[in-house]
Amino acid sequence: MSSDLFHSNLSVVNVGLDSFADAIETAGGQAVRTDWRPPAGGDTDAGAAVAALISDARIDAANETAFAKYLAAQPILEGVGRAGDCLPGMGERTITHSGPPVDWLDMCGPVKGAIIGAIIYEGWAADEAGAQSLADSGEVTFAPCHHHNAVGPMAGIVSPSMPVWIVKNSDAGNMSYCTLNEGLGRVLRFGAFDGEVLERLNWMQDVLARVMKAAIEGLGGVDIKTIMAQALHMGDEVHNRNAAATSLLIKALIPPALRSGLDQAEIAAAIEFMAGNDHFFLNISMAGCKSMLDAAHGIEGSTMVTAMSRNGVEFGIRVSGTGDEWFTAKAPVVDGLYFPGYSMADAAPDLGDSAITETAGLGGFAMAASPAIVQFVGGTPADAILRSREMQQITLGRNGALTLPALNFGGTAAGIDVRQVADQSVLPIINTGIAHKRAGIGQIGAGITRAPMECFAKAVRRLADNKASG
Amino acid sequence: MSAMQKIFSNMYRDSVALMRLSAEAADLPGIDAVSAIMATEANIALLAEAGLLDGAPDAGPNDLLLVIQGGDNAAINAGADFIESALNETAEGLGEGGGVPALPHSVEAALGAQPAANLALISCPGEYAGAEAMKALRLGLDVMLFSDNVSVADEVALKTMGDELGRLVMGPDCGTAIINGVPLGFANVVRRGNIGLVAASGTGLQQVSCLIDDLGGGISQAIGTGGRDLKSQVGGRAMVRGLEMLASDSDTEVIVLISKPPDADVAKRLMDLGADCAKPVVINFLGADGGANTLEEAAHLAVAAANGETADMETLPRHNLDADAVEKARAALGSGQGSIRALYSGGTFAYETMLILQPLLGTIWSPSPLDPDGLLDDPWQSRGHSVIDLGDDIFTRGRPHPMIDHRLRGERILQESADAETAVILLDLVLGYGSHDDPAGELATAINQARDIADAAGRWVHFVGFVCGTDADPQNAARQAEILGHAGVLLTPSNAQAARLAADILGSSR
Repeated sequence: MSSDLFHSNLSVVNVGLDSFADAIETAGGQAVRTDWRPPAGGDTDAGAAVAALISDARIDAANETAFAKYLAAQPILEGVGRAGDCLPGMGERTITHSGPPVDWLDMCGPVKGAIIGAIIYEGWAADEAGAQSLADSGEVTFAPCHHHNAVGPMAGIVSPSMPVWIVKNSDAGNMSYCTLNEGLGRVLRFGAFDGEVLERLNWMQDVLARVMKAAIEGLGGVDIKTIMAQALHMGDEVHNRNAAATSLLIKALIPPALRSGLDQAEIAAAIEFMAGNDHFFLNISMAGCKSMLDAAHGIEGSTMVTAMSRNGVEFGIRVSGTGDEWFTAKAPVVDGLYFPGYSMADAAPDLGDSAITETAGLGGFAMAASPAIVQFVGGTPADAILRSREMQQITLGRNGALTLPALNFGGTAAGIDVRQVADQSVLPIINTGIAHKRAGIGQIGAGITRAPMECFAKAVRRLADNKASG
Repeated sequence: MSAMQKIFSNMYRDSVALMRLSAEAADLPGIDAVSAIMATEANIALLAEAGLLDGAPDAGPNDLLLVIQGGDNAAINAGADFIESALNETAEGLGEGGGVPALPHSVEAALGAQPAANLALISCPGEYAGAEAMKALRLGLDVMLFSDNVSVADEVALKTMGDELGRLVMGPDCGTAIINGVPLGFANVVRRGNIGLVAASGTGLQQVSCLIDDLGGGISQAIGTGGRDLKSQVGGRAMVRGLEMLASDSDTEVIVLISKPPDADVAKRLMDLGADCAKPVVINFLGADGGANTLEEAAHLAVAAANGETADMETLPRHNLDADAVEKARAALGSGQGSIRALYSGGTFAYETMLILQPLLGTIWSPSPLDPDGLLDDPWQSRGHSVIDLGDDIFTRGRPHPMIDHRLRGERILQESADAETAVILLDLVLGYGSHDDPAGELATAINQARDIADAAGRWVHFVGFVCGTDADPQNAARQAEILGHAGVLLTPSNAQAARLAADILGSSR
């Protein structure tokens, strides 16, 4: 093979001094200018790892497979079940939390509070002191939701008796789960565990779960992607804004609920509960995204991100081709907009499994659909579009089932490629709520943040090591 | 401490927009707290909890409630005005804006934007440059690696990979090339023609290509290899590849190979390859036996071959000053003035000058001497005949290269002219893309100051130099030569002639 450089029109990719591009153009050549920045945020080891992974036919084929499985996934909301019965390997003494693994002693305030609440809720202890000593004793197993096919917003706490949404990917058959959303204010997922919180959890376990289960089963399942697709055309990005999707869900569930034969007062209470919480759909959105991404997980050699998640201490990602390994970094504190009386000083570091939506091409990636969200950083609708376009640079493709009107109804950017994140030093955008660092105070703001580069730098190093060893 | 509560009835705004607005107003002088909310029950409870509300306001979910606390009424009124005008602002300005889509951030992304791209010119910091070059090769591009500070091991890895993939790797530390008539990096605007160059020397390539142009010849391709290519570790990989490419290029009829001092075995191998080539191959390897003796000779030999003639090197002038003029110049020197001080921006020029001067004048001192004996202990202080490459790493650390920024060379010119030993200051002037816009102007300023210094001490210092460039260069070689001529610089057509002239001016006055 030989270069045919002399017999083609010279077209030069210019990396570095921009004046060289000027000279090339002045002399009649073509220059492709770049806004080059040091890859992997300047981590030269990770930069070298990326270089070894770029333009690799085997990786590209693996990514094609993984991305196709993600696209083909059809997450169907099939019903509501009991976590202990549904989540594989959970057992009766496990509590799952958001993010990568973290020791009880290292957990952040809201997660600790929510675990204490869950222990009391389960009746394993009578009060806070009892729950604290039970957690200290090591007799309760703590594990990431992601290790049990589940996801949870904020603290992400799932205990065995809690009701969970059951989502099945009708394409590949994989199952995923998420708790039901409690609403805003003093809620378990922000670490609150007073009487009101526990009372609500009990009502959800009893009444809400019963009504939801009957309504969904009466419908024969709810197609989650269809609701997402509609909601994207109605101003949601189905992470931080779920007003439209929640309305669509309620619209779908009311008739089968009314026909279910259940107690009218219970049905009314369940519908009222849904209608009072614009984020009710969030947990279904998350389980749907988990369903699509789990389908793409475990493809050898693939560099596609299948989870981004935070536990209030660390931010972690998982990659299709590196199995169950987490690549972690310190979780950032979000510089967002705070409710009256609160500031960054009060905030817990980034928390929750909800970045699964961005991983699936929604949330921050679908910002163009939801200009209201971009105002969290003082942006305009044009900024929202730019952010969605920017994410196209680091993803494997577009999801034609989830389209963005503002991008001429193009599909949302999906399938984050760790190589591209590191090579371009362009970090995934995440829309997120902000929890108070102390348990039980609740949400104190919201904002837009970026995943930390360190996670991606670690992932490309592992992928390059794997490639080198075989 | 004052406070204000204001209700805007039946005005709905998105909660995010209101939070944003509140945050902006809170930054105004004299304002302690601002909250603009839709007056829902939950929001009112939130405000009360935050201590921003006295009593229940008479407002409902469709009303916008504004609460401001601050130092005095004036500040609070200003804050309220700010919020009110923002609320009443039309949607003006929301249509466009947000900037233009960003340029690609990587080689691969650039290739996505322009799939027909076929070469990557990489000039990012050296610590990242090897990885960028590797990506470019993997993506099917030929590479010119301008960056320096790339390890020899990385250079070997890249060139080996280039050979496997059938790609050209020019560099690292490849300052110049001309591909398909397009100047890359620091290159001159030369006529196109049938002479192809491969050079392990940036200024060597510039000198030869400009002299060829001046002699009426033209360049088909000028390939740079990086200055280390002919070292034993690298083994001349890029030059071998470049030679093969030119040998099979139908537009190239004569080939010139140029290198900084090569490894002897590598030089031998390339000379053998050149001898076996079906096309005439002219070689100038600095300090190696065989081939052309100077860059200038290489240019003459190449142009003659391109014209189907044989060149007689004996007819080449020693320099362009006649004996009378040289004698006159010598007479202007005082008795203590016996030293040449060469202050160069091109490393190859410095080396060639040492090769010419040492047989004529004996030891030449330099930070990079021909023989270890000539090592200048303090590169900042000349002694005897000194040849200094101001483009050397020791001078460019933390400073721009002297082809771009002439301050350091200007200072050194003054320093040398203040030295009573100094008889001749030798200068190169390199033009072309990437170089300073008006290097002659910069040098002339320093030269005039230097003359004043020497004059005050009752001495005359000669300036001898040459311009490496063409009239088609952005700086225009004729114009640059004119400026130097006005400053009294004795100009020659080439570095070799300048070096010989300097030696002749010293002549017997030593």
